[in-house]
Amino acid sequence: MNTPNPNERLRKLSLKERYAHLTRGLDWQPTYQDKKKIFPFTDYEGIKIHDWDAFEDPFRLTMDSYWKYQAEKERKLYAVIDSFAQNNGQMNISDARYINALKIFITAVSPLEYAAHRGFAHVGRHFEGVGPRIACQFQAIDELRHAQTQIHTISHFNKFFDGLHDPLHMYNRVWYLSVPKSFFEDAITAGPFEFLTAVSFSFEYVLTSLLFVPFMSGAAYNGDMATVTFGFSAQSDESRHMTLGLEIIKFMLQQDEGNVPIVQKWIDKWFWRGYRLLSIIAMMMDYMLPKKIMSWKEAWEMYFEQGGGALFNDLSRYGIRLPKYHEVAKAEKDHYSHQAWSTFYQYSHASAFHTWTPSEEEMTWFAEKYPASFNQLYRPRYDYWAKAEADGKRFYNNGLPQLCQVCQIPTFFTEPTDPTRISTRTKIYNGERFYFCSDGCHDIFEDEPEKYLQSWLPVHQILQGNCGGTTVPEVLDWYHLNQGADNFDYLGSPDEALWENWQSARKRVIAS
Amino acid sequence: MALEIKTNSVRQRQQTFSNVARRLGSDKPASRYEEATYDLQPDVNFHYRPTWDPAHEIFDKTRTSIIMADWYDLKDPRQFYYGTYTIQRSRMMEAVEKNFAFAEKRGLLSTYDPEWQAMVCFYLLPLRHLEWGANMNACNMVDQGYGAAITQSAMFATMDRLGIAQIISRIGLAMGGASTLDQAKDYWVSAPEWQPIRQLVEDSFVVEDWFEQFVAQFLSLDGLLYPLVYGHFDAIGLERGAGALSMVTEFMVDWQEEISKWADTVLKRAAAESDTNRTFLAQWYGEWTERVQTALLPLAEKVLGPTAKDILASLRESLDKRAMRLGIQIEAEIAA
Ligand SMILES: [Fe+2]
Ligand SMILES: [Fe+2]
Ligand SMILES: [Zn+2]
Repeated sequence: MNTPNPNERLRKLSLKERYAHLTRGLDWQPTYQDKKKIFPFTDYEGIKIHDWDAFEDPFRLTMDSYWKYQAEKERKLYAVIDSFAQNNGQMNISDARYINALKIFITAVSPLEYAAHRGFAHVGRHFEGVGPRIACQFQAIDELRHAQTQIHTISHFNKFFDGLHDPLHMYNRVWYLSVPKSFFEDAITAGPFEFLTAVSFSFEYVLTSLLFVPFMSGAAYNGDMATVTFGFSAQSDESRHMTLGLEIIKFMLQQDEGNVPIVQKWIDKWFWRGYRLLSIIAMMMDYMLPKKIMSWKEAWEMYFEQGGGALFNDLSRYGIRLPKYHEVAKAEKDHYSHQAWSTFYQYSHASAFHTWTPSEEEMTWFAEKYPASFNQLYRPRYDYWAKAEADGKRFYNNGLPQLCQVCQIPTFFTEPTDPTRISTRTKIYNGERFYFCSDGCHDIFEDEPEKYLQSWLPVHQILQGNCGGTTVPEVLDWYHLNQGADNFDYLGSPDEALWENWQSARKRVIAS
Repeated sequence: MALEIKTNSVRQRQQTFSNVARRLGSDKPASRYEEATYDLQPDVNFHYRPTWDPAHEIFDKTRTSIIMADWYDLKDPRQFYYGTYTIQRSRMMEAVEKNFAFAEKRGLLSTYDPEWQAMVCFYLLPLRHLEWGANMNACNMVDQGYGAAITQSAMFATMDRLGIAQIISRIGLAMGGASTLDQAKDYWVSAPEWQPIRQLVEDSFVVEDWFEQFVAQFLSLDGLLYPLVYGHFDAIGLERGAGALSMVTEFMVDWQEEISKWADTVLKRAAAESDTNRTFLAQWYGEWTERVQTALLPLAEKVLGPTAKDILASLRESLDKRAMRLGIQIEAEIAA
């Protein structure tokens, strides 16, 4: 080569330029195959991109540093997981009721990490622009990491507690797990731009704290150091994912004015889908954490009303407004967790986690956190159930609930203006009547009816005989639900017996 | 007393997850690879058809002609899950960094025989585009593939190919800065010796059957290209004082050896499954290998001169033998 001192020239490359050579520079314009054939999914959603190069890489990461940093994090994480197991860390949690939060996590959240992994691989192959393609590939492998580290962490708890033993089988079958499953499958089956709006922006950027805080701070407050560790270890990945979410939204909005109404529609849809999914988290946060962090209502105010408010203020310069029905969420915040818990309480015989009536101490806390609703509406209900239980008649609802065609949650939410009336909406399509929990879900159906009439609705499937049989025990067998252990009230459960046994053994040790 | 708690009350009630226990035949301790892999991908009760592929389910066995009774039979002999994968690669990368530092400090990548430097720029640097193409193909396997066993390995390979493309790019930057990379891209896009290869890569993007794409990329193309470039081309470089180049491309040599173990294990198992699978694999292998051999010839001739044809033929012969060991026999041989 005719370069006397290449190192001189090398130094002149800025980090940004160097990064560009190591990423975008790899691409070329194909000439032997039609670009449309190589990237067939770029146009069909109606999003117009004029200049893919205008996409700002949200994080300038090359493989050498990715391997290095991620390997360091994995070494630390697995060291913690190993020592947690060796030291029987599961004995140091606040109370065995806490484990139910992990049951929700491994059955409803970890499979979503896996789904995200595959969804990002799809866009990581098919996005026409190199910048977003590489960013999506990084996220695809990160999400695999999350699924696997969660399984490895919770594997230890599974050795002792019920309800954790068959999460992947359950995810594909159990009635309430169709809520997270349909949520993510809705996103994956959408086009690449809607997928990113759904997952990267609406879920990871806008709503992520409402998932992270309950589980990770919840774990920290309740002595589960293993879960805390994987949570915090994933945080640096998440911050990359959030940056991608914001960047892709801004990119779409800047590229073409015609994109604005499409993006707004997706934000509306995915805000509502995500918010409904979080009802399970709201209940877990308020009821399953023996040591509480904050109430669902406080979390909603802090992370959505304030944090989200500022974000949408910022986006208003592109013509984007707050998501439709955000005011419904605001009205529901006094009721959300209580209505969800009351429903699961009644269906505990068909769930792979335990429920219980809250203690007097907890109810005092609820009354303080929910002054407008708890004593008026929910305390009387728990008092009644507690009394029935004391009389040996623990209440279980043997009917099958009506599910919302879109979010697949039983239609138990109440009217935003009247917490004593159940909210249902219906719609006749092709001569068939469909049911919804809310205007939000109704509108989502109306926009894409052909998609949502495909929903695999667990109750319909049971009635059609596709779930192992016609009786409840047969269906629960088909779920692989270990009956008498995984299900029913916490009181009287093997989990409780085990925990009490550990506690008394511990007392004996202290006494001796 | 503390010990007594451990032995008496802290008895494990389960050893592993139920799905893993079913696969192992009983509830017994399982490896992290097994727990992180088995059944991770949803297989039933999908809610909606992809709007981008309404003919299929989200995850669908019929996206390939290969049929497996159990897709989790396509295990990774390296037992890589995310943690072991990244730790292994960071170790390999550490060695690369050391070699780069050594070579760059002494300017070893830009001070050997200038004629050979120009040749390296011609044959090696355009491969960063080929690796980027391989990245897309591996990523497509993660998208279209079936079962977490093969798709997770493909995910790791996806990132590997990006990493290799970046190592090659760094070599280019060390050789002569950004303009060297521009020059190499020109070769890739318009040098006649590169066009059959680029065409083959672009054609591989639109292969509909992801398992065929796997054979084309990881067996046919890599199987001839890697020993040609990092073996035969590199050997000439050593004679011409480019030893430092061998040091910074060591990653690729080690990687190829390692990834072949994975590809071979998967292909061998898929071939062992049925005659139908074997027929498809043989057909794909035959077609693609033939194309690759032809496409590589102009480049090989430019670097190796008149011996190129024989060298390629002998590489082809060993690749055919390797394929045969996996149960993949091309038709001509079956007939003969
Ligand atoms: Fe994640
Ligand atoms: Fe994420
Ligand atoms: Zn709904």
